Amino acid sequence: MSRTKDFVMRIGWPRLIIGLFFVLLIVVSPFMGLKLTDVFSDVLRRWAMFGVLVLAMVPGVQSGIGLNFGVSLGVVAGLIGSTSAIELSYRQGVQRPWADLGFALLIAIPLAAILGFLYGLLLNRVKGSEMTVSTYVGFSAIAFSNIIWLSLPFKSGVLVWPIAGEGMRNTINLEQSFGGLMSNPAVVAGLPRGLRWLAFEVGGVVIPLGVILFFLAMCFLNWLFLRSKKGIAMSAAGENTLFTRSNAINVDHMRILGTMISTVLGAVGIIMYAQIFGFLQLYNAPLMMGFQCVAAVLIGGATTRRATITNVLVGTLLFQGILTTALPVIKRLMPSGSTLSEVLRIIISNGIILYALSKTKGGNQVEK
Amino acid sequence: MEGPPILSMKGISKEFFGNQVLKNVDLIARPGEIHALVGENGAGKSTLMNILFGMPVIHSTGGFKGEIEIGGEKVTIANPHEAMNHGIGMVHQEFMLIPDFSITENIKVGREIGKPTMLSKFLGSSMDILDRRAMSKDAQNALSRIGMSIEDYVKVAGLPIGYKQFVEIAREIDKTGIKLLVFDEPTAVLTESEAERLLDIMRRIARQGIAIIFITHRLDEVLAVADSLTILRDGELIERTMTKDMTVVEIAGKMIGRKVERLVDVADTVRELDDDTVALELRNFSVAMPGEQVSQMDVSVKKGEIFGFGGLAGQGKIGIINGIMGLYPSEGDALVFGKKLQLDRLGDALRNGMAFVSEDRRGVGLLLNESIERNIIFSSMQIHNKFLWKRGPFSTLNRKQSKEHALKMIRLLDIRCTGPNQKSRSLSGGNQQKVCLARALTMDPNILIVAEPTRGIDIGAKKLVLEHLVKLNAEKGVTIVIISSELVELRSVCDRIAIVAEGKVSQILPPDASDAAFGLAMSGMSIHDAEGEGEVHHE
Repeated sequence: MSRTKDFVMRIGWPRLIIGLFFVLLIVVSPFMGLKLTDVFSDVLRRWAMFGVLVLAMVPGVQSGIGLNFGVSLGVVAGLIGSTSAIELSYRQGVQRPWADLGFALLIAIPLAAILGFLYGLLLNRVKGSEMTVSTYVGFSAIAFSNIIWLSLPFKSGVLVWPIAGEGMRNTINLEQSFGGLMSNPAVVAGLPRGLRWLAFEVGGVVIPLGVILFFLAMCFLNWLFLRSKKGIAMSAAGENTLFTRSNAINVDHMRILGTMISTVLGAVGIIMYAQIFGFLQLYNAPLMMGFQCVAAVLIGGATTRRATITNVLVGTLLFQGILTTALPVIKRLMPSGSTLSEVLRIIISNGIILYALSKTKGGNQVEK
Repeated sequence: MEGPPILSMKGISKEFFGNQVLKNVDLIARPGEIHALVGENGAGKSTLMNILFGMPVIHSTGGFKGEIEIGGEKVTIANPHEAMNHGIGMVHQEFMLIPDFSITENIKVGREIGKPTMLSKFLGSSMDILDRRAMSKDAQNALSRIGMSIEDYVKVAGLPIGYKQFVEIAREIDKTGIKLLVFDEPTAVLTESEAERLLDIMRRIARQGIAIIFITHRLDEVLAVADSLTILRDGELIERTMTKDMTVVEIAGKMIGRKVERLVDVADTVRELDDDTVALELRNFSVAMPGEQVSQMDVSVKKGEIFGFGGLAGQGKIGIINGIMGLYPSEGDALVFGKKLQLDRLGDALRNGMAFVSEDRRGVGLLLNESIERNIIFSSMQIHNKFLWKRGPFSTLNRKQSKEHALKMIRLLDIRCTGPNQKSRSLSGGNQQKVCLARALTMDPNILIVAEPTRGIDIGAKKLVLEHLVKLNAEKGVTIVIISSELVELRSVCDRIAIVAEGKVSQILPPDASDAAFGLAMSGMSIHDAEGEGEVHHE
């Protein structure tokens, strides 16, 4: 009896219930006419897609700025990096997917670091209400990026509106660039033999191994960092500022460091996201991106004060898993042709966020 | 000052969770009498007053034993409002004033005078309009009763501290039927001249037939204004007597009056104190820590010494460690073995071979959600780069080394835990304190400053912690500074004890100095002052 209790305590009720719901959906889906292999492929794909973005929550929470709703700032940096890389290839008149991916990261990471630094300075001035402020930083970043998308002097036909000839499109196809490079078996099939392992099918289930490995590598780097001297100092800053100060660590510097890493991960995350998705979505598309990441990590068992890599791995799987399996199931249940399923999608995704935020205390962390 | 007492508390006993804080205490105050209530921190003064005012903290912890009589009638006071109705008022140490209200508004707050309006006919008196003229008249009246002339429409926010205190008093005086006024450490925040003035006002109020209970730690003030006094010690009534029969030295002796217990049984090793080498020196040292101000303190601690800082709460002894740690801004110089610390640079003290155990265990001393192991090695890792493992560009934690060290410390200090991975939050207070100490010891310091090392921990752990400090000093020659509210503890381990009063060192005493000397030092006087000039304060 006490063993089951221990087990539940360790996993936490929210994860147990949501996990069971997830399993239930998977069990039900074949009866609703869905192919189980498709369901698994989708879940795996979405997990890898959002992984790095959700991982961006960890350094923020650990350094004490709370859940980084403003991760959109990093997203904008990532999008600028990606579009610039595509434009660069266009100007040089070549098609080079790998170089595009490399340049996208090369441009996005320093840009995100600079933005993250400034964002960190801002957050240090609003201690105590970081999460509210970061929400609005996220919104403002998106609004500001709208101006950027309209005014960047890019010429590539893939990027700009075909009729006007200026201003970037809402959705940019990455087919000729890095779309699906590490995740889509069809794309990977065109690569040299040595790289075919990046994505493949096993019994009808698509395994985007390249992206999954990339995601896991990022997790490992983060884990390593959190065990380094700086990383431990940063985590301490997030937990107890007085303790940290009394050990000669500048709390404000640590918070800026955490914000920078979080923003950079946001930039890398959106590039990976676009890579799997096959499209770049500009303008207001990433507006709610921060909320999805927050919800995922919270469902994974993080609190506003503590988050671990495990929280990211589990949370992303549960949150994205439920979204990907629940929607087709609901769609079958709904009368055809109605937009009700879209409404339900919004209710479910926001409902999960609301539920997760109301349970910000992890199941296994009892505050005294 | 004869006549029937206005207040008589008889046989008051109170325990908090099995801890007896008041044992059969009596308190009597007569009309027109200024009655002083003196005692160390923890003697039971505040609890007695909380009982008198029917504070919720008393009733929620099981009430108290004993009787309260007001004007000869037995009463039960269930809440502060009833206390007010019985004519009991309190002047708080921290002002309970609304800064943006005028003096009149502050005096009349909660007891406003209203004029009926159209609305109030329908909606009741809460819709009355304020009768500002009547209120102003009342306020002026109350102010003049305490001999203050100030425009009553001025906002409280800009007033000097002394005046705020007077507004507070005026508010109590203005309450109709006030019979007894309690002054809780009223002079603690006042300048000398303001304090003089306050004492005058107290005499003036007493002459109007109101009884005053005066709680203070300044014994010279007791002699200056009080007619009679009650001395409490460890929750017991020591004496109720007329002030004129007592000297400052006698009062101080009775306040402290405890035999020195040996808390520590370490065989007295012969230690060679190096009189010439100063380990820690504070020159003109001030710390802006709210509630524990240190002002221009000068003191020096010899190498190899166990040095104690004692004194009452709020007098600044806690500020010393927090200033040196750099948690609160400080001015003046702190020198470690002759080297001046740059206290504005975070951690300069740590880098110069000092280590600290903070008085605020849970707030400053521990990472509550981290393991014991992580807590123990944290400072040493961050400051001295120990327990790290170079791995490419990263230097990451060396788990093996840190675990070994944590286990060693757990054995050494007898930390009761399930293992080095247990979260420090789930440890008992005593074991948490040991973890804090282990963290400081891991720094391998030359000077160790420990604040309130035994606060809130049981007697066994207390003994172990103190013994370990003594041992550390004897074996490794570490200079140890102990800051503690428990005089007994300081007297049992220290070579010298500095008593801090009002942010300064009032006296440096050997542990075997008389109780009276310690008591006097706590109220900022020396035994010479008391025997020589003490009488001057009498009028």
